[in-house]
Amino acid sequence: MDISHDALVAFSKSWGLFYLIGLMVGVLIYTFRPSNRKKFDKAKQSVLDQDDKPWT
Amino acid sequence: MILTLTEAERQIALGISVAVALGGLVLAAAGTQDTMEVHGWLILVFGAICAIVVIRDLWGPEPPRSRLESYYDEPIKAGIIASMAWAVVAMFVGVWVAALLAFPDLTFDGAWASFGRLRPVHTSGVIFGFGGNALIATSLHVVQRTSRARLPDQLSPWFVLVGYNLFCILAASGYLLGVTQSKEYAEAEWYADIWLVIVWVTYFVLYIRTLARRKEPHIYVANWYFMAFILVVAILHIINNLAVPVSLGHAKSYTIWSGVQDAMVQWWYGHNAVAFFLTAGFLGMLYYYLPIRAQRPIFSYRLSILSFWGITFFYMWAGSHHLHYTALPHWVQTLGMTFSVMLLVPSWASAGNALLTLNGAWHRVRDDATLRFMMVAAVFYGISTFEGSFLAIRPVNSLSHYTDWTVGHVHAGALGWVALITFGSFYTLVPSLWKRDTMYSPALVEWHFWLSLAGTLIYIFAMWNSGIIQGLMWRTYTEEGTLAYSFIDSLRAMYPYYIARTLGGLFFLIGAVIGAYNMWRTIRSAPSSAPVEGDVPLSAATAVARG
Repeated sequence: MDISHDALVAFSKSWGLFYLIGLMVGVLIYTFRPSNRKKFDKAKQSVLDQDDKPWT
Repeated sequence: MILTLTEAERQIALGISVAVALGGLVLAAAGTQDTMEVHGWLILVFGAICAIVVIRDLWGPEPPRSRLESYYDEPIKAGIIASMAWAVVAMFVGVWVAALLAFPDLTFDGAWASFGRLRPVHTSGVIFGFGGNALIATSLHVVQRTSRARLPDQLSPWFVLVGYNLFCILAASGYLLGVTQSKEYAEAEWYADIWLVIVWVTYFVLYIRTLARRKEPHIYVANWYFMAFILVVAILHIINNLAVPVSLGHAKSYTIWSGVQDAMVQWWYGHNAVAFFLTAGFLGMLYYYLPIRAQRPIFSYRLSILSFWGITFFYMWAGSHHLHYTALPHWVQTLGMTFSVMLLVPSWASAGNALLTLNGAWHRVRDDATLRFMMVAAVFYGISTFEGSFLAIRPVNSLSHYTDWTVGHVHAGALGWVALITFGSFYTLVPSLWKRDTMYSPALVEWHFWLSLAGTLIYIFAMWNSGIIQGLMWRTYTEEGTLAYSFIDSLRAMYPYYIARTLGGLFFLIGAVIGAYNMWRTIRSAPSSAPVEGDVPLSAATAVARG
């Protein structure tokens, strides 16, 4: 199999771009989805809990 | 510490120790004509010591069932002690190599003390010895607390910690012997590299197993950073260290990568070592210990998620900025430069998130040196990531590359960000883990803070000056079109800066020694009489604020 330099460049410049944009869209949806808001608020408060024992 | 292991775990620990010792014997026998022999004996002694430690308590009482109702903190304590020990040793070597540049006679005519051999002892000692142990210790602390689950067993955290320190010892001692594969931050040779892969995969599996046992459904963002750190360092380490040894009896190996591919793989590794070893893991520390110490939730949890994905996916592409104006294809250089500039966004998002968390708690920053360590770390994180993006721009790089400016940039990050956030986390952790009300001496924490800050500032200002002067002298032409200065001229101009840098490093070292002493005295002091309720850092922070 022979992969030319130009083919690799073309691949990186197209698919490399698309998957990063896809990733960005996915991350933005996850971050700003209204149903996640409660979970995130709970997460950031929960580290301040004073109990120092594993839950059973 | 062996008594906290179950009987079955002690037997496995003994088996592993004996296997390691025998492995050392094989290495010593195979490498009789080579420096590898020394390492073989070293591994044998290391394995034997571990075996003796295990045997002494092999038939001791079984740990009580009630252990499962608390977190497993013994290896975390050991990791903090190991980290501080490496900090003192490796920062001492750092001051030594800095002094060597100003006073080259400090080698005492010994090959082992030449700059080329001592420097990697400093870099690996601080990055892997100090930083790595700190990351292992804090990651195991954070993952238990945020998952509300105990580590799945008692043996694998010890295997990770002790095995990792064996790697660090092999690396550092090898450099003094002249064993090196000459790759920046990856100098250790093939047998040490294979050992690290075993240790690191165990670490990864341990982390995943703890997360799988979590009682808290959401995985707190600090764990994401630690997870990225462990996973990506495994990938980087394996790919960059693919090498073929000259023979199984020789320490020397040759990389399977050749020419410009080797350079690209090396700096893909090298820059991601900065990104995932020295940034992602320490951001994990920041996102957990800063809110705890400031007693305020992180300013924006959403922002921390966005910066996580930005940092992990942008950093992967930034490595080629180390190879501007080389044989590397131009478009790859441009790619690295572009991603480096874009990195400023998630980096500043993290730094800003940390500082905005403190907004409203500035009185605590003023009164509590521990919190101040973390605040200044966030500021230096912002400064050094801005500088990094700037230096990655090709024309800027044409001035800065190969000069002390790069060294200054690395130390703005390593001293100002990585070391300060670590010290801040340790000062939060030590009283909490050893059940003390406060540190032995809050005044010594202040001393440590101001010495660290002064040392860092002296160091980076010296290197900014010397770097820019160097860069300008190397590119100044006479009217006839020849270079105006010889290399020796530029070296002479560096002399005062090299002395200033040694002084800055010395300040930082003294601070670290004070910190280690303070932690030692805290550990040796009597436990607080009142039973401690809940997480101690909070009460410790209020105690300092009240005091």
